[in-house]
Amino acid sequence: MSLDNITLISFGYFEKELLEMIVQDVGQEFMLPVKTREGHLDLSEFHNASRRQYDGFRLLKEIDTNFSSSSVKTIGLFDVDLFIPILTYIFGQAYLNGKSGIASIFRLRNERYGLKRDDKILVDRFRKEVIHELGHSFGLIHCHDSGCVMQSSTYVEDIDMKSHHLCPKCREQLKI
Amino acid sequence: MVKKVSILIVDDEESVRDSLYNWFIEDGYRVECAENAKTALTILQSDNFDIVLADIKMPGMDGLEMLRRIKSLRKDSIVIVMTAFATVDTAVQALKDGAYDYVTKPFDPDDLSHLIRNASRQIALAEENEILKDRVVSLENVDDIIGNSVSMQMVFHEIESVANSNASVIITGESGTGKELVAKAIHANSPRRFFPMVSVHCGALTESLLESELFGHEKGAFTGAVYNRKGRFEMADSGTIFLDEIATISPKMQVELLRVLETKSFVRVGGNKEISSDFRVICATNRDLKGLVDKGLFREDLFYRLNVVNIHVPPLRERTEDIPLLVDYFIRKYCISMNKAPMTIDPSALKRMDDYNFPGNIRELENMIERAIVVGNGKKITVKDLPLWKETVNPTFESLDDLGKKHIYQILNKYSWNISASAKALKLDRVTLYNKIKKYGLKPPK
Repeated sequence: MSLDNITLISFGYFEKELLEMIVQDVGQEFMLPVKTREGHLDLSEFHNASRRQYDGFRLLKEIDTNFSSSSVKTIGLFDVDLFIPILTYIFGQAYLNGKSGIASIFRLRNERYGLKRDDKILVDRFRKEVIHELGHSFGLIHCHDSGCVMQSSTYVEDIDMKSHHLCPKCREQLKI
Repeated sequence: MVKKVSILIVDDEESVRDSLYNWFIEDGYRVECAENAKTALTILQSDNFDIVLADIKMPGMDGLEMLRRIKSLRKDSIVIVMTAFATVDTAVQALKDGAYDYVTKPFDPDDLSHLIRNASRQIALAEENEILKDRVVSLENVDDIIGNSVSMQMVFHEIESVANSNASVIITGESGTGKELVAKAIHANSPRRFFPMVSVHCGALTESLLESELFGHEKGAFTGAVYNRKGRFEMADSGTIFLDEIATISPKMQVELLRVLETKSFVRVGGNKEISSDFRVICATNRDLKGLVDKGLFREDLFYRLNVVNIHVPPLRERTEDIPLLVDYFIRKYCISMNKAPMTIDPSALKRMDDYNFPGNIRELENMIERAIVVGNGKKITVKDLPLWKETVNPTFESLDDLGKKHIYQILNKYSWNISASAKALKLDRVTLYNKIKKYGLKPPK
């Protein structure tokens, strides 16, 4: 057990290459070792039949309670449509200055918006989402720098506009 | 520095509260939650929030009733009501009761961000508007300080040298010499000029009224306290507070004032939360404050705290060379405001004014010119247009003081001792009238 690394736990199937690319980018951004492992959860318990979505807030609590003890930060990776009670959907969320976060690839796929599948774009969006949620867990709030990965994104187009890097101001805040 | 917007979330569902809390925290807002209306109202009694986001359907007191109560606490608060079951009736009722907006759960993430961003913008605009209004008021009369005399040049020099500091200032001078204008000039030339200058006429208020005026009060602190109200110290945050007639405040208020000046913090009447404010204090008095200290009527420690810099505004009779300049200035001012063609003044009228000792100082001179423009022929002000003319023709052996006393008494009786109406008729401000009543020992007829 090591408390000086970031753990990405995949719930569901993710391609090995995709995970490897994300591990590399996350590690470079936060200057910490990153490891991945598989997690097992009965997602039906988190399914909301009337909304036909998965309760992101409960999933975050679950990750925080039962999966986050072995790392400095833990992010749960999902491939389901996430919501929180007040919002129609979310790409991910994390506890500000906490130990855990979640991110879903579900709404990041081009096909969802009637466009041609593009794996390169998908990886790019997912790594940004994972780094964004990790940023929150390290205490960063939304950033107004248009290129910073910590800028708030409500649509995939917003994610595409920003880079997967933290801006100098956010880096300074994290002292990295 | 950008102010952090604060949001209070009121919803009986824990998951809604937590998810909203998380969402707003990530956006950098200050957020608190309440699980019902009663808790929310308790929180709002002791803490201010810029935006309240409240569910309509809650057990106990519903969101609409809470909205009405919040509005009775703070009229300007922004309340956004949320519901899972939108109906036109409740939406209309909520907006009628003063809700800023009415939204249906769940929101699109973008809608929520826009909603809060727009509300934040409205808050910022309202605050900026208040600051600018105060600034306009504080600047509009600064040009009214007129004088080429050596004594006034000294005053200008003192204003200039003290403006940039944060030092407390006491402005002394007889009634009507323009002490408040000097205070406004100091503020307008200071780094605090983009923030409010708040004036308090201490002499016109009783001890309890002054306390609530200076420190503010919580709803229900006393009969008539129907709203939470910010005090003048709170309003003067980042700006200047001007305490006129400082010599009139009671010993109890002197202690309170000293404490506030030392700590720059205070508690509203009926409240329990310590409020901090960064203000500069400027005081004015027409009395000899040091003399009052020697007599034990004014606290020495407070005197030294306030009297870091003293600016004395000379009476008009000691700078008669400024009279032509002042007359010219007031003629121009009133001809413009009364839509009259520019007028001149007869040299004999000016000479008559030069010989007069102006116990009411500039205020008396200003009133004299205003009156002369109203009653005059519209071209030239002559001796006949001046109230001094009668005294010339019908000399009296009574002193000016006695005449003033008689006249004030007559006017007070005419207006059944209504201070505002009498002060208006006498062209005096209420504080001066109160002081004159006190000075002459005038009492209403039994």
